Amino acid sequence: MEGGKGLIRRHHPVFDTLIYVFLFIVAFLCLLPIINTIAISFSSKTAVSAGSVYFLPVEFNLDSYQTVLSDRSFLNSFAVSVKRVLLGGTINFIITVLMAYPLSKNTRLFPGRNIYMWFVVFTMMFHGGLIPWYMTISTLGLLDTIWALVLPTAVPVFNVILLMNFFRAVPKELEEAANIDGSGAWKTLTHVFLPISVPALSTVTLFSIVSHWNSFFDGMILMNSKDNWPLQTYIQQLVISLNSIMNTTDPDELRRLSSISNRTLNAAKVIVSMIPILMVYPFMQRYFVSGIVLGAVKE
Amino acid sequence: MFVLNTLSFYSQRQVTILQMRNKRAMFAYNIMLIPGVILLITFSIIPMLGVVIAFQHFIPTRGVWSSSWVGLDNFKYMFMLPDSMQIFKNTLIIAGGKIIAGLLAPFVFSLILHEVKAVLFKRSIQTIVYLPHFLSWVILAGILMNLLTLDGFVNQVIKWFGGEPIMFLTSNTWFRPILIISDVWKEFGFSTIVYLAALTGINATLYEAASIDGANRMHQLFYVTIPGILPTTILLATLSLGNVLNAGFEQILNMYNPLVYSTADIIDTYVYRIGLLEAQYGLATAVGLLKSIVSFILIIISYRLAARYANYRIF
Repeated sequence: MEGGKGLIRRHHPVFDTLIYVFLFIVAFLCLLPIINTIAISFSSKTAVSAGSVYFLPVEFNLDSYQTVLSDRSFLNSFAVSVKRVLLGGTINFIITVLMAYPLSKNTRLFPGRNIYMWFVVFTMMFHGGLIPWYMTISTLGLLDTIWALVLPTAVPVFNVILLMNFFRAVPKELEEAANIDGSGAWKTLTHVFLPISVPALSTVTLFSIVSHWNSFFDGMILMNSKDNWPLQTYIQQLVISLNSIMNTTDPDELRRLSSISNRTLNAAKVIVSMIPILMVYPFMQRYFVSGIVLGAVKE
Repeated sequence: MFVLNTLSFYSQRQVTILQMRNKRAMFAYNIMLIPGVILLITFSIIPMLGVVIAFQHFIPTRGVWSSSWVGLDNFKYMFMLPDSMQIFKNTLIIAGGKIIAGLLAPFVFSLILHEVKAVLFKRSIQTIVYLPHFLSWVILAGILMNLLTLDGFVNQVIKWFGGEPIMFLTSNTWFRPILIISDVWKEFGFSTIVYLAALTGINATLYEAASIDGANRMHQLFYVTIPGILPTTILLATLSLGNVLNAGFEQILNMYNPLVYSTADIIDTYVYRIGLLEAQYGLATAVGLLKSIVSFILIIISYRLAARYANYRIF
């Protein structure tokens, strides 16, 4: 099909070049802020406060990374985040699979299906709001425990719907064949559905890993002790919040504050906290586009 | 006669076996759903019941049962607050700007990307533009602060062109545009996925027919490609109606400061500050509840419209 289009849609050199240049510029602008922060993290403090760092490090050094990697509370928060991703990701996976499978059945096979479905969708559309949510978690005694970070987010409704739509596209014959062989619902799920759903399962798993890694707000309000902060909360509290205090209109005050602030160190913290995402991103990319498109297919 | 009998006997038995199996399967389905349902009841439904705090003078040590009831006082107070109107306005302006920019940017970008034939180039561009979607607002705010501070990249460029440096993050003129632009930066790439899927769904014979009729690439764009993805665009626009009150809590919380409250304080940040920082639980819950109800109504309307005009179903 692509070849066919290529034949018909004749090349137009000027037009094509313009398109390539435009796309290249957009992609570059997308990366520019990140590149700038990477450059700052490797530069010397004086170069950064003189404003001479653009795309490449100036007076290259690893000081800020050495400081970050010997900062006990940074490493501790990193560990909390890893723990949260492993525990929360596992819970998300189990719950997503267990909910998506029965919900993918039609009402003839599973008459209660629509009631469950409305219930699930309702929880997605209506929220009690921040304060009652906080009170609930606090009443359950989950504050300052890892469970406060993984249980309230245990049911990723969007992922359930994505996987459900994927399961629905599985040929009915496969399930019927399994049934004739005497396989029950559990065995059909684990032996027929899971093995052929690897792209969708990878997509939802990576989505929940990313969302657990990126969450900062729950850590910020549900964790009173700094020792329990996940990494994003740590950065929010120690890099971002402090920076916004610096937003004063008095130029002298600003100069004084920026001389004590440490932009290279902060940049290094931001970059290190990005690394896990950058590591899973290539694997993720293989799947999420097809996962999303397939998941969006409806009968 | 004998043969017929056996046949009906077997089919009868098979039917019972199938029925039994179906019953067992249904039992299994219910069991599978229990953990998720319990979790949703605990962390979604119970907080929904907790909105009764909105009608109380809530004191945490007394709890929901012994706090005094104040009727609609919290709501009345909310409408009397001088900031209310401004916060509502900020929410609508920021959310509206993001919705419009968030629909247009990926639409245009995917049309341009669709013209690219070189697979490797196309894929590299996609890899780059999807990336910001996967980074948190904490990280992106950290990056943007580096970029926009007084001696940051952008101001260096402005100075180089002979301009005066701008304090972007404390400027009430600049802060909203920055919110909208940085939101587009984070999300436009990822949003192109849906458009690109719609573009590949356009029947190739339409292009053939058009080109036989003498249509050049521009004609094809306006008479085949754009009409081809218009239904998807309209569907996305309809569904975005539910976000009219969602101006982006995480983004603003990470980027704003007291100097830009007058243009950037939105319902969600306000609820957070008065509720959790100033401990005015009743008032904060009332504001949050009103937002939830309006959002819920908007979502229902958007789904109804999408179902009627685009045959869209969420499940």
